[in-house]
Amino acid sequence: MSDFFSLLLSKYNYWIYITLMMIGLYAMIAKNNLVKKIVGMNIFQTAIILFYISIGAKKGATIPIIEHAHERHGSEAGSFLVQAANYINPLPHVLMLTAIVVSVATLGVALALAIRIYNRYKTLEEDEILSQIRKE
Amino acid sequence: MSEHYPALLVTVPLLSALFITIAGWLKKGLCFPIAVAALSVSLYSSLGLLMRILSEGPVLYLLGGWPPPWGIAYYVDHLNGLILTVVPLVALLNLIATKKVVEEEFPEKIGPFYALYVLMVTGLLGILVTGDAFNLYVLLEIASLTGYGLLAMGEDRAPLSSLNYLYMGTIGACFYLLGVGYLYIVTGSLNMLDISSILPSLYQSRAVLVAFILCMVGLWIKMAFFPLHAWMPNAYTFASSAATSLVAPLMTKVMVYVMIRLILTVFTPKFDFTVLAVKGPFVWLAVLAIVAGAVLALAERNLKRMLTYVIVAEVGYMVGGAWLGNRDGMTGAILHIVNDAFMTLCVFLVVGNIVYKVKGYRFENLKGLCRTMPFTMGAFVVGALSIIGVPPTCGFFSKWYLLSGAIQAGHYGFVAALLFSSLVNVVLFFRVIEISYYEPRGESHGHGASSPALNEAPVSMLVPLLMVAAGLILLGLYTGDIINHVIRFAVPASLS
Repeated sequence: MSDFFSLLLSKYNYWIYITLMMIGLYAMIAKNNLVKKIVGMNIFQTAIILFYISIGAKKGATIPIIEHAHERHGSEAGSFLVQAANYINPLPHVLMLTAIVVSVATLGVALALAIRIYNRYKTLEEDEILSQIRKE
Repeated sequence: MSEHYPALLVTVPLLSALFITIAGWLKKGLCFPIAVAALSVSLYSSLGLLMRILSEGPVLYLLGGWPPPWGIAYYVDHLNGLILTVVPLVALLNLIATKKVVEEEFPEKIGPFYALYVLMVTGLLGILVTGDAFNLYVLLEIASLTGYGLLAMGEDRAPLSSLNYLYMGTIGACFYLLGVGYLYIVTGSLNMLDISSILPSLYQSRAVLVAFILCMVGLWIKMAFFPLHAWMPNAYTFASSAATSLVAPLMTKVMVYVMIRLILTVFTPKFDFTVLAVKGPFVWLAVLAIVAGAVLALAERNLKRMLTYVIVAEVGYMVGGAWLGNRDGMTGAILHIVNDAFMTLCVFLVVGNIVYKVKGYRFENLKGLCRTMPFTMGAFVVGALSIIGVPPTCGFFSKWYLLSGAIQAGHYGFVAALLFSSLVNVVLFFRVIEISYYEPRGESHGHGASSPALNEAPVSMLVPLLMVAAGLILLGLYTGDIINHVIRFAVPASLS
């Protein structure tokens, strides 16, 4: 049992992202309201963003900015010895900036489609829309 | 100039989307010419690029001069060089063929439609040309998001089916992104060539296995591989025919390309076929997809929906061929990407012409069409023969390679599925041809011999369609050249 908890604690970032992802997936599958499904989709995407951010983190490291570097000029400016272990990895953060843009765009398209659906069927509940479609 | 072809391919349609949007506000008549010009530049660059690859070998293009693995590099070899020429050609032919449909169906939205159209082509070209796994995800989402928008412009039910596609497509893309994340954890790189050079020492790692599974499942959702195909029939059926005949030939095929790229370049054949014991099960999944696609198509009495299920079966061909794990199977899969893009374009353009004239695509709308629309139905017959796999058309040759690959691999389930699906295709398409040839139209019933007047689609729709139909036969006749000069180099030597 204690093994299980130590496993859980040492890899907690993965457990958090998987849990969030499953919450999102559950909402997309089980919810009846189209907007709730869209919210679920967004949770799903955000879970992956969290996963990426967490893999860039290091214990005892700081943000990847070299202090007082701007005061040096010329040939000195490039001559810093950087200990990578002292800085968190900025690349996953940069990747996720792009992924956030993608997820915002997806959210926008999804909500626009939901508006079109609402204008046509006057409801956002999926079962009511399907029963209207069946009647036609 | 010519050294910048890989960048021009993508940036010209991207920038043209901006100009088309502006033209949509100022002068709607300009949207179409701008789109044609942009796609022509893409086509020209892709042909130039292919010529260069044929003479000099693979091309590595550094964006901003940053060398990989730090910068994003475009990497074009024989595999994507070939498919890069297909995408702008299909998009351009479809653009010209559907001009009248767009003007009639949404005259107010010509600007947005063409802007989305060129953006989707941008996304697809970007997916093909990039050598960076994360860049591929971003472009995948560009192509998908514009695809959702295009498919939502259609009948009343189109937005709902497009929203369902959006849910599934987002899950697929997120899985792919997660897979890339795991690859990044173990290799610290996002460049495909770099990853594949680091991976061999990590083949036993469980993280690599997870990355592989996540990428495959994500791409299978995107390419509508049975049983993950549920989003496709409705999304394609209820959309406007101008959008369907762009998305249906290209989206699934480009996704199959991405899968083959991962198999061959990122994970290398040694990992896929020797380290992992998934070859057999995956081909069986493809067998299931082919049989299910064929049976579901047989149950339809609606031409457009029937064709979407034919695509489900065709995706099964390509996935199965790629996972047979031998030279002929892989050659067949790559050749089938090219052939299937044109075959699907041909039959969906026919549906577009029929919808334009008859305002319906159910089987009862097709009665007597062989007499009123002989050229359109003639092209349909060529497309049908090609999908069935009758010799002079291109469909025969890719199926031949798939079959020979299956026999070499000793996978007789796949052989049987291919033959079964060909037979079902015969039934499917001859049923349509029979209805349109023998059954008279409602109004002319009882008049007997008096043949109804010709009521053919406009010339601007017919000429591209007939070009595609002729292309199917030409592609078949030049199969040997395509394989000897291009595909032979695309399949790595380690695959025997």
